[in-house]
Amino acid sequence: MHSKKNSPVRNFFRAVGAIIWKDLSTEFRSRELLSAVLIFALLVILIFNFALELDVKTRTSVTSGVLWVTFAFAGTIGLNRSMAVEKDRGCLEGLLLAPVDRSAIYFGKAISNLAFMLIIEAIILPVYSLLYNTNLFNLGLIGVILLGSVGYVAVGTLLASMAVQTRTRDVLLPILLFPVVIPIMIAAVKASNGFLQGIAITELMPYINLLLVYDVIFIAVAFMVFDYVVEE
Amino acid sequence: MIEVHKLIKRFGLKTVLRGIEFKVQPGEFVALLGPNGSGKTTFLHILATLSKPSIGEIRIAGFQLPSQASSVRQQLGVVTHQPLLYGDLTAEENLLFYGRMYAIPDIGNRIAEVLGMIGLFARRRDLVRTFSRGMQQRLAIGRAVLHNPDVMLFDEPYTGLDQDASTMLDDVLQTVASHGRTVVMTSHDLARAEDLATRFDILSRGVITASIHREELGQDNLLSFYRQALTE
Repeated sequence: MHSKKNSPVRNFFRAVGAIIWKDLSTEFRSRELLSAVLIFALLVILIFNFALELDVKTRTSVTSGVLWVTFAFAGTIGLNRSMAVEKDRGCLEGLLLAPVDRSAIYFGKAISNLAFMLIIEAIILPVYSLLYNTNLFNLGLIGVILLGSVGYVAVGTLLASMAVQTRTRDVLLPILLFPVVIPIMIAAVKASNGFLQGIAITELMPYINLLLVYDVIFIAVAFMVFDYVVEE
Repeated sequence: MIEVHKLIKRFGLKTVLRGIEFKVQPGEFVALLGPNGSGKTTFLHILATLSKPSIGEIRIAGFQLPSQASSVRQQLGVVTHQPLLYGDLTAEENLLFYGRMYAIPDIGNRIAEVLGMIGLFARRRDLVRTFSRGMQQRLAIGRAVLHNPDVMLFDEPYTGLDQDASTMLDDVLQTVASHGRTVVMTSHDLARAEDLATRFDILSRGVITASIHREELGQDNLLSFYRQALTE
């Protein structure tokens, strides 16, 4: 045997790093996930742009809602695709056969998914700014997007691991995911809107705290139950 | 090396394995034969730690399942009819990824050694999705032996291979087995099993109904023994 001298903690982080490296390498080579999700997200923004036909004042008030709906829809496609790649060629079994704690697989996939989601969001924000003529370069808003994305991906990765084992995975994931992330969506939309309207951060703290609490809860729950979710 | 005692596996109300008794000595090559639906893959999945037994005791290389699953995984190499490889990574990158998951030291040299053994060194920088089914299966074996496991589990490794690819896989399997490893292989192909294995166990309706060593076969061929075992 080769790796008896390695500590479990080191092996854990090595496995997390290996999964992130693998996901980023395959994606930057094929660009299947990023291109599909990005086109979908841009189409959603365009549809909202033409469908709502809002005046300047109303436009600012719906920005956070449109943004988070776009992130949620695009994120679902990304999460589904990310787990489907593992399932289709049996690679999920390959990961499960590795002698590492299975939560390492969860964290590796979740961090990759978060990276993809943040890349998509980083492209959507300037496009949205141009289309709606709204300045979205606001540090508070970026912080809320980061917190909201962490919670969304934390629970999304777990549920995608569950949904991918069914024949109706494409339909099942949003059905499972959207009810669970409603608190995150509400808090993220309210906090984002607050920052865009220039409301003081002290008034927005309840929403930010809610996001933080949900992030911690979702990560902890996923850490504890991932092993059972991927068990046959 | 492998000891299984009174193993029962249920899926809901359906009992797939009904009290399996199975023992494999170090260095033995056991072919597990049986008709479709007899429970071969379920049994191998349990040995591979991909599924938990409902009832029963299992020890592999001195470690108990499922409580010491991680230690067992370090001793196991598993090959299924799916390659468990990433099409958008090269052969070398696939092995590098699994090498990191198994925390193999001096991974570069080990990868070169394994690629040489399976005859794919010249194609090491090609994407796996450009490989034929036979080449993918050889690389899958390379992936499985990368961490130098003591026990190899093969689940229908010849599925989908043409005659040439099957013959090439025979050579690789013989090389793998000749290193003193313990091998358990499920197969429908009696002729191939007869060429490779040192012992033949027949699994029928969730129990092992017969077992014979190669030297005990005598004048009878494996096919007549197999048919007799299924009619008993």
